[in-house]
Amino acid sequence: MQDMAIHPVDWLVILPVVLPLLGAALLLMLREAKEAQYWMALGTVAVLLLGDIALATRIAEQGPVSMTMGNWLPPFGISFTADLVGAVFALAAAGVTLLVLVYLRLDMPDRARRDGVYPLVLLLLAGVSGSFLTGDLFNLYVWFEVMLIASLGLMVLGGRNSQLDATVKYGFLNFFATTIFLLSLGLTYGTLGTLNMADIVAKAPAADPAVMASIAALLLLAFGMKAAAFPVNAWLPASYHAPPAAVSALMAGLLTKVGVYALLRAMTMLLPASREVLEPVLVVVALGTLILGPLGAIAETNLRRALGFLVIGGIGATVTGIALNNEAGLAGAATYVLHAMLTITGLYLVAGLIEAMTGETDTRRMGGLYAAASLPSVLFFVLMLAVAGVPPFLGFWPKLLLVEGGIAGWAPNWDGWALALWVGVLVNALLTLIAGSRLWGHIFWRAGHESAENEAPNPDLRRLDRRATWLGLAPTAVLTLAVFLLGVWPEPLLGFGKQAAAGLLQSADYVAATGVAGGEP
Amino acid sequence: MSTLIFRTIAPLLTAVMLVFSVFVLLRGHNEPGGGFIGGLIAASALAIYGMAMGGEAARTALNVHPLAMAGFGLALAGLSGVLSLAFDVPFLTGLWSIFDLDGSEVALSTPMVFDIGVYFVVFGTIAAVALALESDGEDA
Repeated sequence: MQDMAIHPVDWLVILPVVLPLLGAALLLMLREAKEAQYWMALGTVAVLLLGDIALATRIAEQGPVSMTMGNWLPPFGISFTADLVGAVFALAAAGVTLLVLVYLRLDMPDRARRDGVYPLVLLLLAGVSGSFLTGDLFNLYVWFEVMLIASLGLMVLGGRNSQLDATVKYGFLNFFATTIFLLSLGLTYGTLGTLNMADIVAKAPAADPAVMASIAALLLLAFGMKAAAFPVNAWLPASYHAPPAAVSALMAGLLTKVGVYALLRAMTMLLPASREVLEPVLVVVALGTLILGPLGAIAETNLRRALGFLVIGGIGATVTGIALNNEAGLAGAATYVLHAMLTITGLYLVAGLIEAMTGETDTRRMGGLYAAASLPSVLFFVLMLAVAGVPPFLGFWPKLLLVEGGIAGWAPNWDGWALALWVGVLVNALLTLIAGSRLWGHIFWRAGHESAENEAPNPDLRRLDRRATWLGLAPTAVLTLAVFLLGVWPEPLLGFGKQAAAGLLQSADYVAATGVAGGEP
Repeated sequence: MSTLIFRTIAPLLTAVMLVFSVFVLLRGHNEPGGGFIGGLIAASALAIYGMAMGGEAARTALNVHPLAMAGFGLALAGLSGVLSLAFDVPFLTGLWSIFDLDGSEVALSTPMVFDIGVYFVVFGTIAAVALALESDGEDA
């Protein structure tokens, strides 16, 4: 046992998990009171958001914080260790969930509400926060499972055939990924005798490099599948369009980002030597994902499937940062995850409004929305530019950092890989812009359906009532505003990126906070 | 399944199994047993009752929805960890209170409260599944 007195402030690191778990439990008990459930879920997430803000400020001031459960010594007890990357991601996740909850009020069929959509959202948030904050690889696996179960529940709520179809695909491939993750955990424990992340940092260099490289390869496959990186990305566009828009916004905004975060943590911080070995694989994965994502979005006619491909393109950008592994590249990856959480969620929410107004999911049958509803069209346009990385919006800065990282990686010894990644990021931006503007043209600009007489006005447009307009547009507008403000005033974002990259590359502070002291128990 | 013999014996069997499940739960701290297996036994008891009397009767006998019970268990388990907040120790640290009751030593602890929470989570979840399988899926 350790004799450190724990100050109540230290509980901030565990609060983002305990609070939504308790909230979900309470909501399950109150399953008859649907109205109360909504307000309590909203309240829980709001308090959680404040807690996350406090945690992130604390970490920004004094470096990583850690707490080991049950008063056991760190390598044996399960540690929660939050550094700046994890804390800021958890903060963004809570903010996004709060906005999606507001939107959810508009979107959910009554049956879904009865079957517990709010407890599931809170459980999902608990899983996501837990993944971002945990300092133990096996615990990360547990949070992955919590997330998976909650998201399966959310995806199937409503019970339409297409949802069941999507859930089976999503569930099977994700269970496969977590099984591979579990395999690699067994190997890690057998080799190093520890699963505490800080302890792994200390012990991995002494282990057999071949074994560590195979562990890293298994982790890359598992997390790559979770993140929907090329070539294991097929499940994402096949499943994310099926549930109601708010649910798919939540999943697209948060779940793949957890995979990226795990990849960032495992490759850059835990097993840097094995990352070197796997670098060619990472580069190919990054390039494939960068190019394939937006190309898929260009070819796709279903609106939310096309957005799914844009999500994949963004995953490519973050894997690029991991493949570059220099300060600018990692800063680009970290800030890109943040940007994608806000922007992609916003896009899915607008897509939900578009589907509600046109009554269609196929972009060829949409059209004429610009005249009917100008505000959604402006929001979609801004978010689309942000995804492509056009200044002055948020998406520009991560891509700039990645481009900078490409040049920095290429310049000293004419590294061809870095050059290829540099070209890949630029091509991805261009293709994403084409895909996005094509979507905008189809949905908003063309007057009617795509056909011989596409100048005729769209006869199927429906106006949203006042309540739907407010509940639907307000969260999206807040997200878009955040995307714009962080774009024109990027100082906090860039500062976060720099600190995050430094924290991932030099893990001494992280290890010291956990208290394993260089591997000596 | 609703033969006379089964219907006569099922309530008795259910009662015995429920008592036994609590016994297994409390015994679990030092000997084989615990919340998980206790919850399973309790859920099987309910399943037997449901098989004999029908799903509707089992639901009525339960009074609250099984998922609400699972939520209660989760809350109990979580709160047993939060209690350590008051004692300046990390989350989920085991807290013990041992006192004498009429000559025999009684140990109350947060691990026990946690285990009771597990009991309710397992019982609620498995009971919900069992009852859903017995009904035709309309009010799962």
